Amino acid sequence: MIDSASLLAVLPELIMSAVGLILLMVAAYAGDRATQAVNLLAIVALAVAGAALSCAMAHGPVAFDGLVRADAFAVFAKALIYSSAAAAIALSPRFFAQGGALRAEYPILILFAAIGMGMMVSAGDMLTLYVGLEMNSLASYVLASFMRQDERSSEAGLKYFVLGSLASGILLYGIALLYGFTGTTLFDGIAAGLADGVSKGELFGLVFVLAGLAFKISAVPFHMWTPDVYEGAPTPVTTFFASAPKVAAMGLMVRVAVEALGPAGLDWQQIVIFIALASIVFGAVAAIGQTNIKRLMAYSSINNVGFALIGLAAGTPAGVAATMSYMAIYVVMTIGGFACVLQMRDADGKPVETIASLAGMSQSRKGLAAAFAIVMFSMAGIPPLFGFWAKFLVFDAAVAAGLTALAAVGIAASVIGAFYYLKVIKTIYFDEPTGAYEARGGMIENGILTVCSVVIVLGYLLNPLLDRASAAAAAALF
Amino acid sequence: MDGFPILSLMMAVPMAGAIACLFAGANNARWIALIATLVDFALGIVLWAGFDQSGSAAQWQFQEYASIFGRFAWALGIDGIALLLIVLTVFLMPICIGASWDAITKRVGEYMAAFLFMEVLMIGVFAAQDIYLFYIMFEAGLIPMYLIIGIWGGADRIYASYKFFLYTLIGSVLMLIAMMWMVHEAGTTEIPALMAYDFDPHVQTWLFLAFFASFAVKMPMWPVHTWLPDAHVQAPTAGSVILAGVLLKMGGYGFIRFSLPMFPDASAQLAWLVWGLSMVAVVYTSLVALVQSDMKKLIAYSSVAHMAIVTVGLFAFNQAGLEGAMMVMLGHGLVAGALFLCVGVVYDRLHTREIDRYGGVAINMPKYGVLFLFFTMAAVGLPGTSNFVGEFLSLMGIYQASSWVALVCTTGIILGAAYMLYLYRRICYGEQKNADAAAMPDLSIREMALLAPIAAVALWMGVYPESFLAPMRPDILALQARLSAAAPAGDSHLKMGAPKPAGESHGHHEEAPAHGEAH
Repeated sequence: MIDSASLLAVLPELIMSAVGLILLMVAAYAGDRATQAVNLLAIVALAVAGAALSCAMAHGPVAFDGLVRADAFAVFAKALIYSSAAAAIALSPRFFAQGGALRAEYPILILFAAIGMGMMVSAGDMLTLYVGLEMNSLASYVLASFMRQDERSSEAGLKYFVLGSLASGILLYGIALLYGFTGTTLFDGIAAGLADGVSKGELFGLVFVLAGLAFKISAVPFHMWTPDVYEGAPTPVTTFFASAPKVAAMGLMVRVAVEALGPAGLDWQQIVIFIALASIVFGAVAAIGQTNIKRLMAYSSINNVGFALIGLAAGTPAGVAATMSYMAIYVVMTIGGFACVLQMRDADGKPVETIASLAGMSQSRKGLAAAFAIVMFSMAGIPPLFGFWAKFLVFDAAVAAGLTALAAVGIAASVIGAFYYLKVIKTIYFDEPTGAYEARGGMIENGILTVCSVVIVLGYLLNPLLDRASAAAAAALF
Repeated sequence: MDGFPILSLMMAVPMAGAIACLFAGANNARWIALIATLVDFALGIVLWAGFDQSGSAAQWQFQEYASIFGRFAWALGIDGIALLLIVLTVFLMPICIGASWDAITKRVGEYMAAFLFMEVLMIGVFAAQDIYLFYIMFEAGLIPMYLIIGIWGGADRIYASYKFFLYTLIGSVLMLIAMMWMVHEAGTTEIPALMAYDFDPHVQTWLFLAFFASFAVKMPMWPVHTWLPDAHVQAPTAGSVILAGVLLKMGGYGFIRFSLPMFPDASAQLAWLVWGLSMVAVVYTSLVALVQSDMKKLIAYSSVAHMAIVTVGLFAFNQAGLEGAMMVMLGHGLVAGALFLCVGVVYDRLHTREIDRYGGVAINMPKYGVLFLFFTMAAVGLPGTSNFVGEFLSLMGIYQASSWVALVCTTGIILGAAYMLYLYRRICYGEQKNADAAAMPDLSIREMALLAPIAAVALWMGVYPESFLAPMRPDILALQARLSAAAPAGDSHLKMGAPKPAGESHGHHEEAPAHGEAH
């Protein structure tokens, strides 16, 4: 039943849909000349939608008879999604202008993807979840192959599409099984169905659902697509893939695990523990041999997802809060990292991607080198940078939940990860310069990079705020 | 003095200096760094002067508390132990800057910034009263040190910087998990409260081992000491000074602040482990030092041996041992730092650390010969120098706990004399077999200004150690009281001989210790 309260609860999505459709028309008629304006308007739309979150929350938490949730958890995740989507748009023009693909569809696709992601994190029903996921995925497949002339980009799009469809199929099969054995697709209903013990069929459904979602967050062993897609996709798109959809998929996974599958906690906990540790170790080990910075970031994201999942493995409100805080800090580091990668251009302004090309950058681009080092040390989890606090929170939650052994193994494995981040810093600071670098970066890139670096360095002052927000988000699920 | 945040100020001054250095030219950066460290040294003296040493004073002084980080707080405060280590830090820092004055020519601003940031973190480690704040300061030190070794180090600097970073990191992360467990158990992050909390003895063993993993690497204890010679050899002179002078002391500080008071039962239970590793370290690393052909490596190995004396002193569980361990830490901080400076002096002239490339240097560098001799003697532990006091007290302390350990560790003094005197002979005495070494000019004024203050303090510490023992005595006694219930029974059974009137036979008097030795 549609009522005005429900409509107000999805106000951010409505705003973005309307703006997206209008911008599509603008792009169709005005052509690529309008790209800058469309970019700007898309960012404004994201900002307005972000402001509308408070209205959505006021009319939540339940909308459309439980199909959609507009609770604190959704608001927390959406705030992250919208800001990283906006950053992905803001960072794009310089790159695409250089590659000759400055087209107005890019911000619009991101806008549609953001709507899908918003639906993912506020889903209260398996079908809302699926529709949101597919809406995001469809936009993403197109984005990955956005540079049509570029072979790598097309390949990335195709690979993403084929493997993504497979994962969607697995997920849908899991949903079908859960529906068959519990008789409902509503999260609450599934939870009620599982409360009297988990049958074989329900267990299969649970495993398939988790497998499908693990693909979306690119957790081991469903990570194979990540390095190829990250490397092949245009760098601004990679920036987007590494940030917003990760938050959305992680939020989705947390919500499904806690709200729908909560009573089967002991069953999924072991699965989550396994994929968390596997992601941490594999992401760290496989990254060591990489020579391409984008592939390195791909493995780094696999590694980071593993750490975030440790919070979920704890299964407590503190654990969920830690996972969401982790994602918040991770997004800042990732956007900062890619703002650095986007500035890796040779003297002619052509993008370069090899780690070796960073050699001795600290002597020509002091500020960029320092920012890069800050991001890398932070990703490695070295205090006093904010990345340490992200890891701290998830491990603290695990220890509080009695998973001390998991925490000890996970944190020991983080030392392996530190090695390849150090390798980047070593290349930047210790090696002698090899090639000339572009003298200065773009203003927007530098601005975003500065903001991210400042947050990473002084992030601890945000702790009280982050604690409160993530605790409220987690409380909404329990 | 009340309420004035002097500790925060001591951290803010170098921090501001570090930021300024990043944006300054080479020469300005040198001056900014020197002034910032001198101001901090002055503040350190004010801190010492304002510290109430009387036994009745509060244990924790200059406390500050600001709950601005959510789960942990900006909580600072010092006791006598922390005070002395902070003073050591601020004393060595201007000397480090001076030592880098001419030796560092590339990327000076960044270099000075890294050193000043290091100073902030070192003060933070010793002043932190919140366990997580401590951890953050403790770990963050890896970043500037990694850069110092990697950018301004020697030929093999990259390998050394990785080894330093990863070795210390893997040691520390397990400690973090243990800290989290403790905070959940005790419900507080404040170090003084945790020091008084009685953890379940069974869990203590695990917690102790997790902390041990970190501090043993930092200390460093055999067999996890191998990062130290590499780091020392590759680091620039000032990097070695700060590494030997202060960073190694963080391990000892960790034992005395965390392991011993928080896990007294486990410390007593696992004392055999520490004793065993220390005995091996004293003998083995001393022998290794004896065959080194690289000056810095030799001193690095001697550091490992000296740190083993610290650990046996700490795990003697009595006042003499604990005070001795602290004195060795302070003395070694000065003397090892000075020895690295002495190496730096000749390295700057000849650009080699090979011992064979020198010889007869005392002839053309008499001032250098004298100061180097003084520091050599101090490293050997000659009475009247700083190390004698510490080593003597440590060994006396451990003798009460275990005479065998004392016996083995005392050989370290003999071996120490062997390798130090052998080093000195090869460099300063003998004939001037290398023409370029014979042509080296004597110490400049700058170099004199670096070495002379250390010599003066080392002498002061040796002649009148009470100045340094007095501030920490109440804290050592408190720690001893905390440990007394768990302390293992010694095997030497010392008895205080009853004062006897003169002229009586003293046969009985000597019986007690001899009896003890027989066990």
